[in-house]
Amino acid sequence: MRRASIVRKTGILVSAVLGLLAWQLPVSAQNAGKKGATPVTPKAEAPFDITGYWVSVITQNWRLRMVVPPKGDYMGISMTADSKKVADAWDPGKEEAAGNQCKGYGAATIMTAPERLHITWQDDNTLKMEIDAGMQTREFHFGKWTPQAGNPTWQGTTTAVWESRERDKLQPKAKYLKATTTHMLSGFLRKNGVPYSEDAVLTETYDGFHEPTGEDWMIVTTVVDDPKYLERPLILTGQFKKQKDATGWDPTPCSARW
Amino acid sequence: MGPDAVLGALVAELLLETNMDRPQHSEARSGSIRTFGVACLIMLQAVTPVFAQIELSGSWGARNYSDALSNNPGPRWLPLDFMGLPLNATGLWRGLIYSPSTISMPERICSFYPPIYMLMGPFGLKIWNETEPRNGTTIAWHINGWEDRGPTTIWMDGRAHPSENAPHGMSGFTTGQWVDDVLTTYTTHMKAGQVRKSGAPNSDQVTMTTRYFRHGDILTVTARIDDPEYLAEPYYLTRTFQLDVLPAIRTVGPPCIQGDEGVAEEVVPHYLPGKNPFLDEIMKKYGIPPEASLGGAETMYPDIRKKIKDKYKAPEQCTYACGGPGGFPLRLQ
Repeated sequence: MRRASIVRKTGILVSAVLGLLAWQLPVSAQNAGKKGATPVTPKAEAPFDITGYWVSVITQNWRLRMVVPPKGDYMGISMTADSKKVADAWDPGKEEAAGNQCKGYGAATIMTAPERLHITWQDDNTLKMEIDAGMQTREFHFGKWTPQAGNPTWQGTTTAVWESRERDKLQPKAKYLKATTTHMLSGFLRKNGVPYSEDAVLTETYDGFHEPTGEDWMIVTTVVDDPKYLERPLILTGQFKKQKDATGWDPTPCSARW
Repeated sequence: MGPDAVLGALVAELLLETNMDRPQHSEARSGSIRTFGVACLIMLQAVTPVFAQIELSGSWGARNYSDALSNNPGPRWLPLDFMGLPLNATGLWRGLIYSPSTISMPERICSFYPPIYMLMGPFGLKIWNETEPRNGTTIAWHINGWEDRGPTTIWMDGRAHPSENAPHGMSGFTTGQWVDDVLTTYTTHMKAGQVRKSGAPNSDQVTMTTRYFRHGDILTVTARIDDPEYLAEPYYLTRTFQLDVLPAIRTVGPPCIQGDEGVAEEVVPHYLPGKNPFLDEIMKKYGIPPEASLGGAETMYPDIRKKIKDKYKAPEQCTYACGGPGGFPLRLQ
């Protein structure tokens, strides 16, 4: 009896392990052995559907994000003394005159702004993110992409990868989007003039989840590394809820005062 | 019990049976089966990320940037600051009669510190797991208590929440599961208290769903707070922590202790409807009109800006809790 039980349980175990092996292999690995199989693209490998319209849900740092805070309000920013000098000299009129009204809409903090996003796949390797606040556009380039030489921009150049949380596993499965952005114009971490420099580097993660109540959410974590103007990396977060359609989509030009 | 635990238990049972079924003549065969079982266990550990639990143990220092107005120690909340808080009519009414002296009542002294305070408070997290001794599966995750906030135990063994008639405690009752490599927990049985230190209430019917997203040495924690009594929509809060090596965060903190602050037994500090002297405090201090300062679900969304655009009058200069170089705490235990 006992031997029969052992044989039966061994059989179950073998089946379970083989089943798991087959299940946990990424689609790309499963397709790799097929003749003529086309490589799986980042678009096809997306662990969650990031496309569509998203609205920011602002419940924290409200008066620092929803409106332009008063001059000198630096609460929550690990700024350097050099940063304070620049911020203390903030003058929105001068920014407008110099055509710099989009300084508060750069990549470093735009994911914390009150806004809606429209995300689409531009091609199999490129995510396009349109933002109604300031009418900005970001591109997230997957794979072996080489940025074109040129002047820095508000949104910089962004490389992206679907990332796993399991670094030590043989076949880690991607669960979230990780993006790295450089080559930005100097901008504002807060619309009241707290600066970041052209040397700043952003590392962002995008986590998607589905609520049992039916809504899709996305949490963006942004690490801003800027030794010139930050004593230590600044970590910001944005909360986004997916919309069924474009309701509320309202492209609005940059403003240095609102 | 999750699928990984089931498989682990199956291997353990198989090994146990081969040990019991050990007549001399079959020693070699049972040894082979044991070896096979151990090999299966190792393979399972190596190739089953779909069931894997992400390591969360360690000291996670607070990075109080995303909600500096809440997380940063010191005077930063003005009474009746409900901006971005989806209060319903009852929640607003309850908030408007709030007096800051309420917390001098012995039975209210600890009302700021329900489990929700993990998202609002200034401190870092110490996280560790408790394992089942035979197969190593995690029975529970523990999160340390702070000054005043009680410790949290996240039960991972599939146990049910207590009856709705069971007592509510400072730590509530929390269960958890892994969803797409994200620890997702559900907390019930909390005490009535404050969902924000500006006087916004939470009822004892409040629940909290918390997600722990690990990205290398950054931990992003998002909580969804549902309160059928006082909230019109779920209230989401997100904050971040960073893995630290030294110094280790303590596993326990001093509990919130009730005391006598001189409030007479029959007195309940409050303001009658319409008599709260702090009603226009936000307008005076920050130029933000009541349409936004008194909260409500619509204040969470960008469209509220259109309503207040012509009414907002930014002060010339920040004069209160303004931050600056060197003034921001890296981490508190």
